[in-house]
Amino acid sequence: MDEVLYWKALNLALDAEMEADESVFVLGEDVGLYGGSYRVTEGLYAKYGEWRVRDTPISEGSFTGLGVGAALVGMRPVVEIMTINFSLLALDAIVNMAAKVPFMSGGQFPMPLVVRMPGGVAKQLAAQHSQRLEQMYMNVPGLRVAVPSTPQDAWWQLRQAIRSDEPIVLLEHELLYFSKGPLDVEAKAPPMHRAQVRRDGEDLTLVTYSRMVDLSLRAAERLAEEGISVEVVDLRSLRPIDWESCARSIAKTHHLLVVEEDSRFAGAGAEIAAELAERCFFELDAPPRRHGGEELPIPYNGTLESRCIPSVSSIAGAARALLGGKQPGETP
Amino acid sequence: MERETKVSMLYDMLLARAFEERAAREYTQGNIAGFLHLYPGEEAVAVGVLHAAEPSDYVVSTYREHVHALVRGIPPDAVMAELFGKRDGCSRGMGGSMHLFDRERRFMGGYAIVGETYPVTLGIAYAVAMRELPEAVICFFGDGAVNQGTFHESLNMAALWKLPILFVCENNHYQIGTEIHRHSAVAEVYKRACGYRIPARRVNGMDVLAVYQATQDALRHIREGTGPQFLEFETYRFRGHSMADPGTYRPKMEVQAYESTEDPVVVAIEETLQHYPTPEQIAAAGPDSIARMTTHMNDGGLLSAQELDRLKARAEEIVERAVEFARRSPEPTMEEARAALECNRGAEVLL
Repeated sequence: MDEVLYWKALNLALDAEMEADESVFVLGEDVGLYGGSYRVTEGLYAKYGEWRVRDTPISEGSFTGLGVGAALVGMRPVVEIMTINFSLLALDAIVNMAAKVPFMSGGQFPMPLVVRMPGGVAKQLAAQHSQRLEQMYMNVPGLRVAVPSTPQDAWWQLRQAIRSDEPIVLLEHELLYFSKGPLDVEAKAPPMHRAQVRRDGEDLTLVTYSRMVDLSLRAAERLAEEGISVEVVDLRSLRPIDWESCARSIAKTHHLLVVEEDSRFAGAGAEIAAELAERCFFELDAPPRRHGGEELPIPYNGTLESRCIPSVSSIAGAARALLGGKQPGETP
Repeated sequence: MERETKVSMLYDMLLARAFEERAAREYTQGNIAGFLHLYPGEEAVAVGVLHAAEPSDYVVSTYREHVHALVRGIPPDAVMAELFGKRDGCSRGMGGSMHLFDRERRFMGGYAIVGETYPVTLGIAYAVAMRELPEAVICFFGDGAVNQGTFHESLNMAALWKLPILFVCENNHYQIGTEIHRHSAVAEVYKRACGYRIPARRVNGMDVLAVYQATQDALRHIREGTGPQFLEFETYRFRGHSMADPGTYRPKMEVQAYESTEDPVVVAIEETLQHYPTPEQIAAAGPDSIARMTTHMNDGGLLSAQELDRLKARAEEIVERAVEFARRSPEPTMEEARAALECNRGAEVLL
């Protein structure tokens, strides 16, 4: 099987869908002539022309809203927002419009809109460019939120998102764009929002998503050497969430650790831990725990930056502490 | 212009006035809830613009959109039922007064966050241009909406890509309770379009014939493929911003002058005016659009007093029937609400 970079998988997905359906078009800042800030739209401008690969002015609110309007009349816009931090300027289009119009029209209009954006802590981009903010979109009925962590999922989930008639936010990650993984373009896609067990284990269920999947797998490897068997569940989606897959794993391990990159307070992990505690209370041998980022805007300084988000060793530490009955913050 | 068109426009204005005054009554009786923004005073704009448009053109409107919807041809029954929150409303009771939609009539919705109509319009027009269709998209907004960022963002893109858009500013001089000279550094809204090289005009929005003519001209240019056009219609709302607004910020004289004057002479309020206009200026500023049109038709021998009475009676009857229809329509269910949310799910398997 071919190994490809994550951005290339997204690029292939866009190309395949644009080829298959003339109503698919992409728009965003520097997606055309320049080829995309992270190369995701590379080559598409030359192939499909300016109307289908539209370079926009720096007007997130209105070009995302343009996507909403075009979707109302049956186009399949794929809006690229350069980073999730800028999507704060497009929240009205995403939350007040895309998620609401099909509903408040009484079900009259399609909304085949995809809004793609990377987020997360990359390499010293400082506080304004280092947020995840996924919990904002999770809290909106009418939206779907997918978080592909591998090139294979990037390929599958972007194509599924484009083909869906519902509005979908696709959260990518700056540090995943240049990660490599196998891609089988012929393989049959699983349902778009189904979670996947990335590593089997017996002692602890580790639920995570996006870039934290890779870190968690490496932590699990380290823990295996110590005789601790961790099952890693990649959610692949944050709305809806595949609770059944998580619950199945918890029924086996009786322990739950949620790992997220963004600051922990009222983050994605809070919802995940609360729901699974309600569902699996009698299966759990210990209180579920969350391991997430510090309650700080991300500092520019590289050493401090890496201290602010989970690392392989901090994840391993959190797992040991949970299994050892230690309180959060206690030395494992 | 043919007599028939004029009669039809006058009738639509009468229907609009009757519908809105009745909605106000139903609101005070508790049959309509939430926010209710009424249109009396501004009828000439919706009626003139939409009569000049083709049925294949798209309409994107605001939260003060009952009359846009009615003139577009959405049955008064369905509009009133939506105001009542009932199942037979044009948005199945899920939208209410501020969110009327009708896909079939290309009525693309009432949007209740100020400044949303521009980007929605932009997207529809982008699709039209991409498919090289002859349609235009009509974008309504008020004077209060021109200070929102999306106004500038969207005008820029519309002009940049020569999109088939008619921007229609309903300038009623008030952003809820803030008079235009207190909310805009440049109070002549049409001048702002110059910054984006969009042809723009200011037109008397109390004169339905002037509105109709200006819209026809603008749409002709748009269909020639020259890009967007911008029309500012100066108008006035007789009521408060919404039913929750007593409107105490406006001088009584000002409101009365607009409501009662039948003098057809229009004197634009001086551009640089930094205070409320004088009573004399207001008196000369413009009459009620319905009174103006009625006078016009009477004077021209186009309509007798009896015919006018018949039109009024018909409008009243239609509104009465709409209220009856709305009353009888059932409440929507929770299942229908969920179905509306998942209307685009189709056969998709998510998990």
